Amino acid sequence: MKIPNPLRSYTNGQAEVLVQGATAIAALEDMLSQYPAFRPHLCKDDGSLRAFVNLFLDRSNIRDLQGLDTPLAPDDILTLVPSIAGG
Amino acid sequence: MLPELSREEILRYSRHLLIPEVGLDGQRKLKAASALIIGTGGLGSPVALYLAAAGVGHIGLVDYDVVDASNLPRQIVHGNGMVGRLKVESARARLLDLNPAIQVEAFNEPFTSANAMRIAEPYDIIIDGTDNFPTRYLINDLCVLTGKPDVYGAIYRFEGQASVFYAREGPCYRCLFPEPPPPGLVPSCADAGVLGILPGTIGTIQATEAIKFLLGIGSSLAGRLLLYNALDMSFEYVKLKKNPDCKVCGPHPEITALVDYFEFCGVPGLDHAEGPTGAGWDITARELAKILYRGDNIRLIDVREPHELGISYIEEAENIPLGVLAAHLGELDSAQEIVLFCKSGTRSARALEILVSAGFRKVKSLEGGINAWAREVNTNLPVY
Repeated sequence: MKIPNPLRSYTNGQAEVLVQGATAIAALEDMLSQYPAFRPHLCKDDGSLRAFVNLFLDRSNIRDLQGLDTPLAPDDILTLVPSIAGG
Repeated sequence: MLPELSREEILRYSRHLLIPEVGLDGQRKLKAASALIIGTGGLGSPVALYLAAAGVGHIGLVDYDVVDASNLPRQIVHGNGMVGRLKVESARARLLDLNPAIQVEAFNEPFTSANAMRIAEPYDIIIDGTDNFPTRYLINDLCVLTGKPDVYGAIYRFEGQASVFYAREGPCYRCLFPEPPPPGLVPSCADAGVLGILPGTIGTIQATEAIKFLLGIGSSLAGRLLLYNALDMSFEYVKLKKNPDCKVCGPHPEITALVDYFEFCGVPGLDHAEGPTGAGWDITARELAKILYRGDNIRLIDVREPHELGISYIEEAENIPLGVLAAHLGELDSAQEIVLFCKSGTRSARALEILVSAGFRKVKSLEGGINAWAREVNTNLPVY
């Protein structure tokens, strides 16, 4: 899972985190189990992603696939894309 | 009827006239076109320079700031001699020097729900070169409601995003990001820093998209989000689709007029000076100096990143960066007075929220950060 610069303070500066899981939610949970302090910033109480951040599987937003239930294959690349405002 | 080009303009734009996709008609389209650039900072600078150089006939500039020396490494439309002058006037002078044949209108005012429709009305295309979430949502909603394209760019340290949000044909900004992050979660460039050349790359992409749109050529970034990483020198795209539940461009919109975007984003408006947690939680640099002079038992915590300590530091302080503060709460004593500070007060306000929500009550944030300390107490320290 690729972590963009603005969110790396929650992953000890890691730009990429190796995750395991057959679905997007399993992979996300695996990442959050490695960095538990990240959870309240990334997820709502019901476990869904907050509205300022998107999770892409390759080039597709998982919202346009099967959401957090989107199945994953080995070597798939997930990318977190948060909104940023700098200009 | 498109305007004719003068002999001088034919010479000036000869390299454009040679390209079949532009040619005489394309250059006349640019001369007839108008673009409104919101923000004349890092992104707005290259956008304004390239649109003026390309011969876009009418350019509007919106900003309410003055040129500061710390702007110059990236806001290249402004020169050293313009420090202290209005940004829109500085930019206007530079653009007219670059191309005296165009018209440049300067709006020295914040872009708000109250004036956005009036300012934007005559323009064909809107360029988002702002540095804050409320104005980004305002620009998006304005563009959706008026059917104009929003040429989007945003930057953070070494990374940038660009797209064209044109709701008539594809997704809007709200389709991608229905809501902004909570205040303080994604730091601003003023707090986190930015590589000066980064907005040059992203702004130039925005200018390219604007010129393509005005000419009606090529494949635009509409429906795609460009993700640029300067450190990796990577350009990646992700696909964007219209969100059927979008509150502004969906089939059943809830937003049918401009709203209060400061309230929507949960940040204080321009007229509000207090931090997100309100007055009473702040301490001024002079008050802090008195407390330290008296030798009171307080814990002074610098929540900046370790590399910033090389620029300036307060001797009595210990460094616990904001990103790891939550993990160090166990080392803090809620019975002891705690004063938090950062560069200018934004990160320490966020740190204050973390401590207050963990039950700490004897905690304050240094108003204006170490920069205020450098201005008012220890003037040997640099301001950055």
